[in-house]
Formats: sequence, C-alpha cells, structure tokens
Amino acid sequence: MSSMPRLMQGNEACIEGAIAAGMRFYAGYPITPSTEIAELAAEKLPKVGGKFIQMEDEIASMGAVIGASLAGLKAMTATSGPGFSLKQENIGFACLTEVPCVIVNVQRGGPSTGQPTLPAQGDVMQARWGTHGDHPIIVLSPSYVREVFDLTVRAFNLSEKYRVPCILLMDEVVGHLREKVQLPDPASLKIINRKKPDLSKISHYNPYQDYDGDGIPPMVNFGEGIPYHVTGLIHDITGFPSTKPEVTEYLITRLMRKIYNNIDDIVEYEKHFTEDAETVIVSFGSTARSAIRAVKILRSEGEKVGLIRLKTIWPFPRKAFRELPSTVRNVIVAEMNFGQLIETVEAACEGKFNIFGLNKYNGELMSPDEVIAKVREVNKNA
Amino acid sequence: MRKSLEKYYRIDKLPHIWCPGCGNGIITGALVRAIDNLKLDKDKICIVSGIGCSSRAPGYLNFNTLHTTHGRALAFATGIKLARPELKVIVLTGDGDCAAIGGNHFIHACRRNIDITTIVFNNSIYGMTSGQYSPLTPVGAYATTAPYGNIDRNFDLCKLAEAAGATYVARGTVYHVPQLIKFIEKALLHKGFSVVETISTCPTYFGRKNKLGSPVRMMEMLRDNTVSAKAAEKMSKEELASKIVIGEFAEINAPEYTEEYMKIIKRAQGEE
Repeated sequence: MSSMPRLMQGNEACIEGAIAAGMRFYAGYPITPSTEIAELAAEKLPKVGGKFIQMEDEIASMGAVIGASLAGLKAMTATSGPGFSLKQENIGFACLTEVPCVIVNVQRGGPSTGQPTLPAQGDVMQARWGTHGDHPIIVLSPSYVREVFDLTVRAFNLSEKYRVPCILLMDEVVGHLREKVQLPDPASLKIINRKKPDLSKISHYNPYQDYDGDGIPPMVNFGEGIPYHVTGLIHDITGFPSTKPEVTEYLITRLMRKIYNNIDDIVEYEKHFTEDAETVIVSFGSTARSAIRAVKILRSEGEKVGLIRLKTIWPFPRKAFRELPSTVRNVIVAEMNFGQLIETVEAACEGKFNIFGLNKYNGELMSPDEVIAKVREVNKNA
Repeated sequence: MRKSLEKYYRIDKLPHIWCPGCGNGIITGALVRAIDNLKLDKDKICIVSGIGCSSRAPGYLNFNTLHTTHGRALAFATGIKLARPELKVIVLTGDGDCAAIGGNHFIHACRRNIDITTIVFNNSIYGMTSGQYSPLTPVGAYATTAPYGNIDRNFDLCKLAEAAGATYVARGTVYHVPQLIKFIEKALLHKGFSVVETISTCPTYFGRKNKLGSPVRMMEMLRDNTVSAKAAEKMSKEELASKIVIGEFAEINAPEYTEEYMKIIKRAQGEE
C-alpha cells in the first residue's frame, strides 16, 4: 500500500528510496547540503538491520562503500562539491572493478569550498569525467522530491544490473525542498539485484568473464566461498593484472559497451510540448522546474515552446534530439553553471538547430521569468 | 615450501615480482604459517591491500583478495568487516601506504577498534617507485628524494597505533621469523584492531642508497640491531638511539566496533 502523503525533503526521499531499493550499508562524511542523508541513514538503517558508519573522510567513505558492496550489501554514500572531488579516486576503482554502488552528489556552488548552502549545477562534467581514465558511469538527475525517491531506486537498480557506479546528481534546491509526497508501496517496486553465476555450469569461476555475452560478468560476493582477486590494475578475465594490449583494449571496450549498448534501457527523459515547437528548452534538476513553468506560461500566450527534461544525464540521451520535429529552430540549454551541458547538446543536435545557453551561476535559482525572457530574446533574434 | 601450505598460495602466479633479498616474501610466508597453525577457515578470510611492493602480496594468496587504491586498504576493509563481521579481514600494507597516504585511515581504524589485523611491511622506503623516503625512513637515511639525507622525523608506528587506540600492537622483523609468526597468530586471534609492524629489508633501494651491503648483511643487521621490548625498558635513550625495539607493546580488551554496532541494531529495533 502507498504511504500516507506527507511533507518530505528531497534528501529524506533519497534515503527512503535507497532503503526501499535494498540499501543496507551507508558510509559517509558530513557535508552541506547533503548531511541530512547521512543523519537519516544513521537513524533508519539499523532499524532494518543495515549498517551505517561515519568515516574519517570522504575518501574512506567511498572505500568502505565499495568494500561493503563486494561483501554483498547494497551500499551508498552521499556528498557535495568538495567531497565529490575527494571521492573520485575510489569511484574510478569501482568503475574498473565493476562494483555496484550509488553516490549521491547534492550539488552546491563551486569551485572549491564555493557556496555550501546555495544551489548550482556545476558538477555535470565532473560527474561524467571526475575520475581519471576512460570509464563508464551513469548519472541521474531528479527535479522533484518524489522523483528523488524514484531515481534513487533506479540508481540502485542500474548500478546492480550493469555493475557500474551510479551517481544521483541532485542540487541544493531539490535536496532541501519540502514537498507533499506519497511514497509507493515497497512491494510494487521493481528491484534488480546483481547477477550471480550459475556455478553448476562453470567449472572455474573467472570474476571478469563475460559468460552471458552481455558484457556484464556475473558477481560472487566476498565470503561466499570462492576465492578470487580484485584489483584496480587493468586485469584479464581472471581478475589478475595484465599489460597486454589486447587484454587492455578488450576490458576498456567491454566496460564502455556494457553501458552504451544498453543506452535505451538506461536513459530517461521527458518531452513537453515538443511536437510543434519552434524553440525547445533543455534542462534538468531544479532548473527544469522553472523551465516547465516558463513553457506553460509561454504556451498560454501562443508561443511554440517545448521542453526536454533530462532524468538521465550520462550516458547522454542523444536520441531525444534526433526525435525533435522539423519545426524546431532553436534549442536553449538552461543550466545553473557557466555552460557545461551545452557542448554535449550541441554535438547531439548535429548542427540542425541554433543553440543558446541560459546560464546562472550567482548562487540563485533560475526563475521562470528568466527562462521566459531568454525564449523571447531568442525568438526575436533567430 | 611445505606441501600443506600450497593451498594458501596461487602457485600459478609465482614467481613473485619482489627483488632478490626482499623481505616481503618472508612476511607473506609468516602470515600463511600463522593462518595454517590456527586452522582458520580459508573461505572466511579476506585479504586487503593498498598500493606498493607490500600490497602485491594478496595476489599470491588464495583467498578473497582485494588490491585497492593507495593508502585506502583500511577503508575498504572497514566496509567489508562491517558488512560481514563473520569474515576474518587482514590488511597488508607498507610504510608509505599505511603511514603517509593512509595515515588518517590508520589512526581512525585504531580508534574504532574494528576487528581487522593489519600487517605493516616496513622496509623504510617506497620500493615500488624506486626509493623515495617514507614517514618510517629514519632521520639521516638516504633516499632518491633525500639525496642529502632525510630530515623528516620518522614515526614510531607502534607508539602511534597504541596512542590511537589499537588494542594489539607488536613489532617483529623478517629475521626473527618464529616470533613474527607468533605475533601474527596473536593478532589474528585478538578481538579488535591489531597491528603487527614488521621490519623488512629492501636491498635494492634502501640498502643500496644507504650502503648497507648484501641482503645477508642486511639480515645480520636486523639480528644485531634489535632489542626486545623487555630489554629496552632498562636501556637509556642514548643506548636505544640506533636500535629497533621488537616485541609486544599493547594487548588490551576493549569494545570491538562491529559487536558494538550489533548492539545499535538491537537498540534501534527496540530489543534493548
């Protein structure tokens, strides 16, 4: 049964979603504006037999999360800007060793200590490329408190399914906003768990062998009686280090393809009023809420404006732009940063549309009026 | 190697990458013998390491093994142990890995008294990157990054561990092997955070830079320059200046982290 509607903060919806998805381990470090997630994890996890630990720093939190996941528990951490920077080292380890885990980044103003209590969306590119080297990653971005719940569940499901770290990229507004929320019946949720090998058919388990041909090796947890090796070095299917060119190329290719071959399963976005639109706004997170308000107001005035709201940012939903009708002339990328996603949107549009950036990076939320003004300016000039 | 010990090794991964005369194989062998002597369940042992020469040891050992990022082994190990307290979690780390980049994780693991055994391979140098000074390189020693002598004061890792709250602390050497095996056995049986610092030899870098002679000569120096903790009690500071003190420094009963957390679970569920 669905829960009674109640007033809930985005950060709280995140923990509710995580526990509903099966999270039983949380390691974290206090940082604004994500701290409520750690506090609620400390309170709620032991009630369901799960474990919470406040580690000595952000780096250790990420390490503990990976350790716990290898030992078989669904694990998560949450952080913000500076903490997200510190976690990148071990996020890369999880990418290469294919250990499922969820990392929440409630974005604040940056760079550096920046503006801890103010909203920004300046970590879009860091979420994709924060750790060094070629690596796959999935990044989801909620706009509403209820959607924080849904996308947290989805983050765990995708992470378990594809054995890849999944980042829930919130922003301060979504994290701290309180909205009336009715949570779904936990029994109604589709929960995905990591794939296990069929040991009756395998004489010797190779931890990184693509037994099923889908690029995703089945996973045995530590302590389940099968000794195997995990390393952050480039490794072969047995899990041991290799410097052979063919092994290196095979591994990196498989890691990327397991995500990009399943892009339609992974990406989610919403289209609003795009069927006959001349100008389309692209946005995500809290900024998309202002954009949708702006679109509704402009539509009521007869302007042919539409919106693409991204729920998955990485891998980037290029398909959304291929689907746009021929009526579209202009695309406006609205984001609370100096202009990060715009270049990826530009590439996805393949020169078919005029691209404009609407950027705000002064610590204030982008308002519907600002979006309306930008649309009018673009429509006048283009 | 005794036939009965072969099951603990990944024989197909040998020979190891360590240089001739390196002490790391002796420490690895001591660990295996301690595990065998105690008849521990092989499937319930998990060995975690960081980065460096020491941290390559788990690759040769036939358990669930995890070779993590530089300095972070204890963070990963903490996650494993808290997630599955029934596992025996062992961390293999080096002087740079543990005391420099991993120093913060080390003191906090000591403080929590989580039931993990940490064996520090102390060869006084960063061997993997070919001879830079570490926080355990003695003052005055030479390294590639201390070409005029090291002025960084070194930690006494056992004192650090004890002060930070580790509940079993011992120091051995790769010369005193039966004693080392005993210390590792006691550490593995100890409930809480246990540390066995093991003085190892690096003839290739530390030995060469400091003109210490052959690997055999370096072993003889371990024999001649060590004093037991008991004997050290009666010696002056001056007499101890160039000596390595070996022995057990702490063995304390204190609440263990994962057991305490199980009480938290009961409290949260209203059973207590």
